[in-house]
Formats: sequence, structure tokens, C-alpha cells
Amino acid sequence: MRGWVFLLALLPMLAFAQPVTRDGVTLTQSQETRAEAIGDQLRCLVCQNESIEGSSAPLAGQLRMIIRQQVVAGDSSKSIMAYMVQRYGIFVLLKPPFMRLTWLLYASPFLALAAGFALFWLGRRFRAEPAAPLSAADRARLDELLR
Amino acid sequence: MSPLRRRLLFGIPLALVVAGGEGFYTILRRMQNNDYDPHALPSPLVGHRPPAFTLPGLDGMQGFANTDLLAPPQPMLVNWFASWCGPCAQEAQLLTQLAQAGLEIWGIAYQDTAPNIANFLQQNGNPYTRLAADATGLTAINWGVYGVPETYVIDKTGIVRWRYAGALTPDLVESTLEPMLKQYA
Repeated sequence: MRGWVFLLALLPMLAFAQPVTRDGVTLTQSQETRAEAIGDQLRCLVCQNESIEGSSAPLAGQLRMIIRQQVVAGDSSKSIMAYMVQRYGIFVLLKPPFMRLTWLLYASPFLALAAGFALFWLGRRFRAEPAAPLSAADRARLDELLR
Repeated sequence: MSPLRRRLLFGIPLALVVAGGEGFYTILRRMQNNDYDPHALPSPLVGHRPPAFTLPGLDGMQGFANTDLLAPPQPMLVNWFASWCGPCAQEAQLLTQLAQAGLEIWGIAYQDTAPNIANFLQQNGNPYTRLAADATGLTAINWGVYGVPETYVIDKTGIVRWRYAGALTPDLVESTLEPMLKQYA
């Protein structure tokens, strides 16, 4: 009985210990999780709006294999991303890095906010003066017209 | 409301819409004229020598390595293709014409087999001086190849000057390739 309890207690460990095989590479569950996290950030070059992880293109399968081989070899996620950028350029990154080509993209929300404030300020500054109150003669004429 | 303010309130949004429309129209017109492709990627290999590789020959022809591309006597092409690729057959005739006009073209067969390549060359002509096989497609990944056909211009110092992903067309050869070959001759 005690043996069974012990084995049952160990059961959840299986999820971590059991090696998985994806795209021809066998790796541990935590390595697979890291590989998926990397693949999720990379664009499939063939079907350009899918991630490497989500694409069924043969090239994406090969890149998933390369990512997993490098994860098993102990390469850092950063160096695996650099490997891809070196070959395919920054377009392979689904999230573009902040650089000379992309600063306007990242700055655009702040620029839009600044433009909004500027418009608001200009609108207040140039608000038309309220019309002068009607004179007694005007009031009498208005009453006449509206009758 | 002052007349100037009225004009600005009307004019500024109108100007923005006109400028946006003009931008989109330019993009569409250039896409139609084939001088802008929103899916095209700039190749990080341009400005560098191809990465290290050694590939075996195919169909009785000599294969090659990156060291064979260090100093061609004239600018040359490296053409990635496959027998299973439709656009490759489309551009084959044009490549044969270029080869007959004296342009050196070396081919790399991407993920293909010897019998299929032999068949393809018999049907479409063989423009290649040398022909290598990248059966696994792993050398292609090192070049940043993401589909076939892809064509690379290599200058006399072995540096990649241009990469085109897709089938070459006579227009493209005239507008881009020929001036580039002259420039680096």
C-alpha cells in the first residue's frame, strides 16, 4: 500500500521527466517548452504571417528542428534568435527590435498622443469669444420675430 | 469661427486623406509594375560572401564549395532551383538565353533527387556550368534561402551583390540584372 502511494505521488513528475520527440529531435519537456517559446517569436518565411511554431511549411519544420537541436546543445535563446536573424534578417522576428528603421513605429503612439494634446491646446486657445448679450432693442425684435 | 480656422479645419483632414490615398495608390501602381513586392525580403547575405559549404555534383556535373566562389573572372549567378518547382521551369528558358550570351550560371538543386533533376534539365535545358545538390536543404538555410527559385549575383571578389526570390523575368533582367552585371564587371 505504501509503495502505491509513493508511486502515485511521483506520477506528476512524469510530465517533466518524459522526453518528447518533435521534428526528429528528442528533448526534455522543459527544453521543448523553451524551443516553443523561441519558435513562437520567429516568422515563417514561407507563409509570412505565421510563426515557425504554428506553420506547416516544410522550411518551418526544418527550422523547428534546428532550434531544438540547438536547445539540446545548450545554446542560449538569444544566440538561437541571432542565428535566425543572421540568415533571414530582422524580418524573421515577429516583434521588430527597436532600431533606426523601426523607431518611428514605436514612437507613433506617443506622437499621436502629443498631437492630440496640441490640438486640444490650440482648440482652447482659439476658442471663439462668446457672443455679446442682446441689447434691449434686439431682444424686443427677437420677441417680435418669434411670436 | 475665423475664415482661416474654417479653412484649416476643412483643409488639414482633406490633405491627410489625399496624402494617404496618394501613398496607397503609389504602392498599388508599383506592385502592378512589378517594381515593388511587399512580400520580398532583403537578404542579409548581400554585401557578404556565401557561408561555408561543400556540395556534391549532380547529373554528371561538378559540384562546388564556397571556396570556388571567391574570385570568379566575371560576375556570375548562383541559381537555386528544384524540379518540383513551377516557377523554376518558367525561368529556365531565360537562364539558358543568359548562359548562351556568356553569363556564368551555377545551379544548386534544392531538396531534389538525381533522376528528377536529369529529367528537368532534359525538358527545360541546362544553363549551368556547375551543378550541386543540396539534398537536405541545410545549406539553403545558411544562405537564407526561403523558397525556390532564388538567384544570387556574385561579383569578382566573391561578394553577393543581389538576391532575387522568385522567377526571373525578361523585364527584371533588363532593368536590374544587366545594369548590375555591367556595374561589377
